[in-house]
Amino acid sequence: MKINIFSNKKINRSLGGNMLLLLALTLFGLFMALPFIYAILQSLKPTQEIFAFPPRFFVSNPTLDNFYMLTQAIGDTWVPMGRYIVNSALVTVTATAGNCLFAAMAAFPLAKLHFRGNRLVSEIVTYALLFTAPVTQFPKYVIMAKTGFIDSYWALFLPPIAMPLGLFLLKNFMSQLPDSVLEAAEMDGASIYQTLWRVAIPNVKPALLTLIILTSQEVWNGAGASFIYSEPLKLLPTVLNQIAASGLARAGVGSAVAVVIMIVPVSVFILLQSKVIETMAFSGIKD
Amino acid sequence: MKKNIKTSLVRQTRTLDPYIMMAPFLILFIYFTIIPILSSIALSFTYFDMIHLPQFIGLMNYTRMFLEDDVFIKSLSNTFVFAVITGPIGYIMCFVFAWLINDLNPRIRAFMTFLFYAPTISGSLYVIWTFLFSGDSYGFINGNLMRLGLLNEPVQWLSDPRYILTIIMIVQIWLSLGASFLSFIAGLQNVDKALYEAGAIDGIRNRWQELFMITLPSMGPQLQFGAVIQIGASLSVGTVAIALAGYPSTDYAAETVITHIMDVGNLRYEMGYASAISVFLFVLLLFTHFILRKVLRKIARD
Repeated sequence: MKINIFSNKKINRSLGGNMLLLLALTLFGLFMALPFIYAILQSLKPTQEIFAFPPRFFVSNPTLDNFYMLTQAIGDTWVPMGRYIVNSALVTVTATAGNCLFAAMAAFPLAKLHFRGNRLVSEIVTYALLFTAPVTQFPKYVIMAKTGFIDSYWALFLPPIAMPLGLFLLKNFMSQLPDSVLEAAEMDGASIYQTLWRVAIPNVKPALLTLIILTSQEVWNGAGASFIYSEPLKLLPTVLNQIAASGLARAGVGSAVAVVIMIVPVSVFILLQSKVIETMAFSGIKD
Repeated sequence: MKKNIKTSLVRQTRTLDPYIMMAPFLILFIYFTIIPILSSIALSFTYFDMIHLPQFIGLMNYTRMFLEDDVFIKSLSNTFVFAVITGPIGYIMCFVFAWLINDLNPRIRAFMTFLFYAPTISGSLYVIWTFLFSGDSYGFINGNLMRLGLLNEPVQWLSDPRYILTIIMIVQIWLSLGASFLSFIAGLQNVDKALYEAGAIDGIRNRWQELFMITLPSMGPQLQFGAVIQIGASLSVGTVAIALAGYPSTDYAAETVITHIMDVGNLRYEMGYASAISVFLFVLLLFTHFILRKVLRKIARD
């Protein structure tokens, strides 16, 4: 067997196997993406095609009418649309950045340091991930109301900052960091905070990028929307969905809305996921 | 694989440092997650209609679940069927696809990851399935089957108890490539490439041997993460069931523990009882989690 250490070629792979694999993955991938593609095609259909019988998958006379009608409806809103875009951008960025930073800070000692209570905190975080029942919505609402967070920006970005998913993800990845790497930083006189910032965080970059994808998507899609009543505080997807649902039986506008809302999570995903894969270039973490 | 011994960074670390580092996260976490969970546990021992003050009633909510609530028993058995089928399939799919995609050339890899992750990306894209399976003749599947002459009249896919559960399972499996899939993709980037080279020299012949001898043992933490996410997802089917089958579904054919909680809590305002069901579900999740953790430790030699 030939080993190509210097090329990008993987070892232990046969050409036939690779071709078969690519074919199978493409076919299955297309099936997975089908509703996504359908949503886009649907938004490009003129009204008579949306209600055509038999219903068709592809669009024969693509049109931007649905998007045009959407922009008109947007122009009619009481609060200018720019406000909602700023709201959404601000909340998504703050919550995601806060979640990544706080989760990384908490994950590091849990993964790598000895201290009293480590096991307890780790277990509680894991259990909290399992307690997803919708009933906590009610106590949560009461707590938020008592502190005056309801109907404020706080309600939108504070809870996602403390989502346990990120802590759990980063802790699991950090536990894989070889101790020798951390000890080397210590030898160089780095404080524990410097080790976190300069060694631990850069070495879990794939996990961190993944976390940004997951958190931003959750916040963008309106994780905190049920705590907000005032129009000017609402987030973009909430408002767009209101437009799609209001009067006019707008099937076409509805599909346009679905596509517009997806633009941000899709862009974030494509941008960051290719970076996750790029980190390959540095190869894995070595002991 | 080396063992991850907790590091000896002790000299540089003052006793308080770990707590300082965790404080910002934990304060918010306790406030927004732990206190609500503890409140639900406390409420589970009360009768509480959200208007009057909660009244302590001991274990009555818990006995009611099993002795008086037929719909709950139905929802429990549905949930088990869901979990037993979608849980393992979803988990294995996440890993297998992540692993296969990882073999591709980097440029195709990002695109392929996108195709597979597409179902999860919008948070509510799965409602498309309601159009596809719509019960009238304009539904995509009905319409086309009728055109092909395979059906004479539209099938009520989403309100006929014979089909509901299966369709929701298909959609749930289709949705399962989410957080755990991405964490597997990221985890595969972290495996030390030198191990593969060393393995090849030591006589590993094909991708299957490589998978079981190098890749899986190096991914213990990711496998654990995926398991927790997947257990949670497969036993907490709810929003998808409601979106597809309605609320409540015909003959409670698609009633799951989660939809039952929503029914009792959000519609009938019996918060005490709803909390008791959540606590029960939580115990069920914990139990599954403990068993799976034992199994995974063996696979990953954690």
